[in-house]
Amino acid sequence: MSFAEVVRFALRGLSANKLRSSLTMLGILIGVAAVILLVAVGNGSARAISDRIEALGTNTITVMSAGRGGASLTTELAAALTDPVLAPGVRSVSPVVSSSATVTYEGADHEVGSFVGTTPGWFQASNTPVGEGSAFTADDEAQGRRVVVIGPTVAEELFPGLDPVGRQVTVGGALFTVVGVLSEKSSTGFQDADDTAVAPLTAVRQVLTGYGALTSILVEAAAPDQVDAVQSEVSTILDLSLDPAAYRIQNAAQLLETQTQTAGTFTTLLGAVAAISLLVGGIGITNIMLVTVTERTREIGIRKALGAPRRVILTQFLIEATLLSVIGGALGVVAALVGSSFEIVGVRPVIVPSSVGLALGVSLAIGLFFGGLPAARAARLRPIDALRYE
Amino acid sequence: MTRPVLDVRDLRKRYGQGEATVHALRGVSMTVGRGDYVAIMGSSGSGKSTLMNILGALDVPTSGTYLLDGVDVSELADRQLALARNRLIGFVFQAFNLIPRTSAAANVELPLAYAGIRPRERRRRALAALDVVGLAERAGHEPNQLSGGQQQRVAVARALVTEPALLLADEPTGNLDTRSTADVLDVFDQLNAAGRTIVVITHEPEVGARAKRLIRLVDGRIVHDVRQAPVGVR
Repeated sequence: MSFAEVVRFALRGLSANKLRSSLTMLGILIGVAAVILLVAVGNGSARAISDRIEALGTNTITVMSAGRGGASLTTELAAALTDPVLAPGVRSVSPVVSSSATVTYEGADHEVGSFVGTTPGWFQASNTPVGEGSAFTADDEAQGRRVVVIGPTVAEELFPGLDPVGRQVTVGGALFTVVGVLSEKSSTGFQDADDTAVAPLTAVRQVLTGYGALTSILVEAAAPDQVDAVQSEVSTILDLSLDPAAYRIQNAAQLLETQTQTAGTFTTLLGAVAAISLLVGGIGITNIMLVTVTERTREIGIRKALGAPRRVILTQFLIEATLLSVIGGALGVVAALVGSSFEIVGVRPVIVPSSVGLALGVSLAIGLFFGGLPAARAARLRPIDALRYE
Repeated sequence: MTRPVLDVRDLRKRYGQGEATVHALRGVSMTVGRGDYVAIMGSSGSGKSTLMNILGALDVPTSGTYLLDGVDVSELADRQLALARNRLIGFVFQAFNLIPRTSAAANVELPLAYAGIRPRERRRRALAALDVVGLAERAGHEPNQLSGGQQQRVAVARALVTEPALLLADEPTGNLDTRSTADVLDVFDQLNAAGRTIVVITHEPEVGARAKRLIRLVDGRIVHDVRQAPVGVR
């Protein structure tokens, strides 16, 4: 008796009860689709987070004031970091002050979340390119000219349908000329990265923040693999004049690593929840197969009386169960692939190929495992008992 | 004389234990030669169904030997038992026992499928067997589209398609009306005339009357064994 023949018997057995078979498959379908899709959502959000962090520039470190120890970050300190001997890995240093400010244009006003004062090197270091117009120059910064580059959100709020470049806005009672608009950044987080404005450090200090401490210093490393070296160089220099408790250093690469780990945990959690539904689907298969075996006891008896060996009966019911789970699993993969083309809770799912393989493999194993018990029961039936069964 | 198809010696079957023990068979011995047509009769409780199940290798006796076509059935393992049921015995049941939602031809093909015969050859032999019972044109019908008599004839076709040494029928006409009974018995007569060995278990006198040899079972023992017609001629 060939294997193909047994498969045909199994298919006939399944199609005899189409509604029941399809409902059982639905259980596996949902389980498999849930596993793939939830893992894809977890993966997608991890991808989004890392994109966002990479957008900040992964080869930078940020020195922030810890607000303790009295002394704080100053422009002199920032200048001291540009030291080819003590800190050879540093490409650029951008002192940063930031505060929130209200920007007004012809009666319309907009509260900018972070009004940044910095040097021109910041644009490259922070991976914030200018879309329209241009960035301000080192000369602007040196002269304290009141020019500003605004984020797309600000441009939209204040200049709907207008070209903002060249227009004058009022910030903190002073007039600033808009010289450029930043390109849009992907902002999937809670903060709108486009709701910002960047102006020369000197001008911002003069108008908004005064000449106190810097908010932070953005240090760009010459290459991504030098970030850790740069971090220790920077702290060596800072320790010469500052209490180590007075500042802390944020390393984008470390941040990325932490976030990726967090996202990984999150993905595992989602996958585990989905795996439970796959397990429930598997129990559904056992249930249905047990019912099928009970219901078809007579048929099993007839088949045995006609000379079906135990092995053939076992194979037939095992294949029926496995077909249920594999067809259900394959449809689940299709459902997940379709579902992943939509945005789910603000996250664009990214399918992990291994999760597809894993889910299919698990559904196959579920069929074999959960179908095994009823199939063994069918095969063990004595023909005389099976024939007498009503 | 050639080797008998059935050779049963001192067959005993007990059910239950202790006080509840039921002796279904109390030592049945008989031999059935090739080409014979035997009817085993008895009232309910006489042990004829137990005998049938043992003869069909569906059940095992408590003691005694059973040689089927020279093979000691009691010593066979599951695999060989399945093989024996498939090759040596053709079953006809009272309840027809066709597989539902499966065409007559597919039902007849089933034992050939378990015997590992190729689909083309199977189809040919199944149609030939259906032709013998006069149902060739109903090959594509499913059991619920056939009358009781037709279903039983499909079951007979299924029993003889493997060309077994023994055709075993358990109350084959028990669920049939007079007309269908006559149809089925005619088929048996034809098959026997063609040289098939048939053992029929029945409680209907008119079925017993058609057989060449009549065995009467009472309380698990053979009480009558009468030859009504010689083997081989009719």
